[in-house]
Amino acid sequence: MVRLAGRKRRADGLALRRAMGDRLLPALVAAMTFLAALALAGAVGASLLAQRWSAGAASILTVQVPDGDSGSDAPESGTRLQRVMAILSADPAVLAATPVDRARLAALLAPWLGDGAQPGFGAGALALPLPSVVQVRLRPGLSAPGDLGARLDQAAPGTLAERNQDWSDRLVALTTSLQACAGLALLVVAGVAVAVVATATRAGLVARRQAIEIIHGLGADDGYIAGRFAGRTTVLALSGGIAGTVLSVPLLLLLCRLGAPLAAGTAGLAGLADTRPATWLLESVRRVPLPLWIALPLLPPLAATIGWMTAQATVRTWLRRLP
Amino acid sequence: MIRLQEIGLRYPDRAGRQGNRGHVLQAISAEIPPGSFRWVLGPSGAGKSSLLRLLGLGLKPSSGQLDLFGVPVARARRAALAKLRRRTGTVFQDLRLLPELSVYDNVALRLRLDGIAEDRIELEVTEMLRFVGLGRKLGVRPSALSGGEQQRVAVARAVVHRPPLLLADEPTGALDEPQAVRLIALFEELNQMGSTVLVATHNEALVRRFPHPALQLERGRLVSHG
Repeated sequence: MVRLAGRKRRADGLALRRAMGDRLLPALVAAMTFLAALALAGAVGASLLAQRWSAGAASILTVQVPDGDSGSDAPESGTRLQRVMAILSADPAVLAATPVDRARLAALLAPWLGDGAQPGFGAGALALPLPSVVQVRLRPGLSAPGDLGARLDQAAPGTLAERNQDWSDRLVALTTSLQACAGLALLVVAGVAVAVVATATRAGLVARRQAIEIIHGLGADDGYIAGRFAGRTTVLALSGGIAGTVLSVPLLLLLCRLGAPLAAGTAGLAGLADTRPATWLLESVRRVPLPLWIALPLLPPLAATIGWMTAQATVRTWLRRLP
Repeated sequence: MIRLQEIGLRYPDRAGRQGNRGHVLQAISAEIPPGSFRWVLGPSGAGKSSLLRLLGLGLKPSSGQLDLFGVPVARARRAALAKLRRRTGTVFQDLRLLPELSVYDNVALRLRLDGIAEDRIELEVTEMLRFVGLGRKLGVRPSALSGGEQQRVAVARAVVHRPPLLLADEPTGALDEPQAVRLIALFEELNQMGSTVLVATHNEALVRRFPHPALQLERGRLVSHG
């Protein structure tokens, strides 16, 4: 028996390692995956913001009672603010109604109104007539009754009940359009990835045309040849996808860290000031939304799938020119 | 059984359309029973290679009907055509060896496409290459072989799977007389085992030495059969 040790097994002459090199296609797929990761982060971020804003703002009502400390024609019924508070406290949709402290209100308005908003200014009284403000938190899943505004106005004429839902609706519309843009960006990236893989596959087909014709003539079916190209493309796209995803992580950590005030509010910013490397890294990782951590590892298999499907379609279409 | 009915062939133009360069084959009708041996004879340009390429499913007839192993080729799906090709062994005039593969792998490829296990492939291929006198050149690339040796590799690849149909286009063109005789004897042996063999040649001495019925072509037409 002639010794055949060292001979490459299952060689079929397609020589795809040479026809489809392991640099250009993975590099291009890595760039596409990097962009996809950013678009995905945008989509996930916008979605979370929309949820947070709609859940938070929709459950809050701001009630302004002009001249809240004054009484009425019937002193036994209390001040205007007390009457408003009584109605709010009795409403089953209201979880809590909290009058905003005058000093806090003045402090909040100080940047716009200056010292004129400070209590004690001008003979111990506010320089400007500020209304009493009540922050109302509604029970989860319940909305303010439609007639609440009318009832409050009846109890204390001039009272305004402002639904934050109006603002949140606009913000949610904004985030929805941001999500749509991110989704569109993902589609564009996927489309470009398909074009890149198809071009690389066609270049490989042209480079190995003679070998393909010989193998086809020997009885290789379309599935075999398409499978060989698709296998090679899958490996290249997967490696590019992994590289692009890994490269995107540092930037995503930074972006999520920068966006932490939007996502978590001021209450959730503890720990961001710590600049020790380990803490910095840990806090940054913690800021990345869970859906993004779940979606990111899916990008390389998705890139591989796009590579496989595109190569299959490209090769099978090309083979139609052979008898 | 191979059945050709009014087969016509025009080569397609660059755009893939049937060209107007005249018929390469015209109104070819013949029946070739299974297990028969046929010489395909005729002057250069008579259409011998085109006929063999057509029978090897490397070309589609422009008109007429071709049945191969009882399968109407025009109506067969692509996967079925591939299966028919695997039942055919072809020695191409231009050999069509894969330059990146060793002699061994060129021949083994034929069996790998049939999904045969590597250990059996090793036995079959080494035996076949030893038979054609290339037992010591298994790992050599075709470019390092002489024309005659390359031709023997092409023959080994065509017959290693003992195909039911063997098509050989000028298989002895680069061989000396003893080698050519040995090769045709191999084809006869295969034929006696049940394969249908069609051999196109200009070598009249060989035809006289191995008398078999012939398909005689002239200017694309079948002028005699039998």
